[in-house]
Amino acid sequence: MAIIDLANPTRFLNIVNRLLPWLAAATAVVFAFGLARILNAPDDYQQGATVKIMYLHVPAAWLAMMCWGVMSLAALGTLVWKHPLADVSGKAAAPLGAAFTFICLVTGSLWGRPTWGTYWVWDARLTSMLVLFLLYLGVLALYWTVEDPGRGSRAAAILTLVGALNIPIIKFSVEYWNTLHQPASLFRKGGSAIDPSILIPLLIMAGGFTLLFLTLHLAAMRNEILRRRVRAMRLIQAQELAEAST
Amino acid sequence: MNLGPHADFIVAAYAVTIFAVAVLIAWIVLDYSAQRRILGNLEDSGVTRRSRRSNRDAQ
Repeated sequence: MAIIDLANPTRFLNIVNRLLPWLAAATAVVFAFGLARILNAPDDYQQGATVKIMYLHVPAAWLAMMCWGVMSLAALGTLVWKHPLADVSGKAAAPLGAAFTFICLVTGSLWGRPTWGTYWVWDARLTSMLVLFLLYLGVLALYWTVEDPGRGSRAAAILTLVGALNIPIIKFSVEYWNTLHQPASLFRKGGSAIDPSILIPLLIMAGGFTLLFLTLHLAAMRNEILRRRVRAMRLIQAQELAEAST
Repeated sequence: MNLGPHADFIVAAYAVTIFAVAVLIAWIVLDYSAQRRILGNLEDSGVTRRSRRSNRDAQ
């Protein structure tokens, strides 16, 4: 099957219907494996057991940024190529990204209180992450409130591309500014600074979160395609009723 | 398993995450069944999509 076949919503739905049960099962298995590894992972020598919050906070942060990356590609697809599924993908990803950013902010705050002595500080990393959350809410507002879906989608796509500038700011905020948030521990020059006994459960949880995103994204795209069919059929119904009454 | 003096923070972080993911899953599952139901009602009332209508006309 050629990749272009995926542009057909009906073919896409058939593929998604076949894939979803397997993806959901794989997500559950990876999370179960990851949680079992977390239970047996050692405490951090400085932070103690609070390091267990990292297994949620870090994957949620990665997914929050990755989801915006997916939406940025979808925005390009919507504005440049007008791909039928690109807009569906962007709209389906936005609430997922908002949820992962919310999880990142809340778990980070709950981790910060025992580690730093405060729930929140207006440093570059935390503030740029909050800006990302507000951008997600802005995109959702455009998708959900603009009456003409086409105009709403184009406006959301433009905001998504503008908001993509925030992703490198988040990534490099801990290097360019003096922040309370620690610098990168995993993706850095000289390799990871995390011991394998903690790193492996973290990577398994990151895999679980990624699979969760993939599963929910495909399921939300399926819902959006069905919602557009409902809208199209209601317009046809209204048109037929108008013709019948004249 | 001993979560130490900050157990409340750890438990709260896991509870918030589980709650947020559960809300997402419930929203997607309920939305799917709602869209399927509405589509079924529209098809039962005789409304057909243009693509299906043009396929039928072509046959």
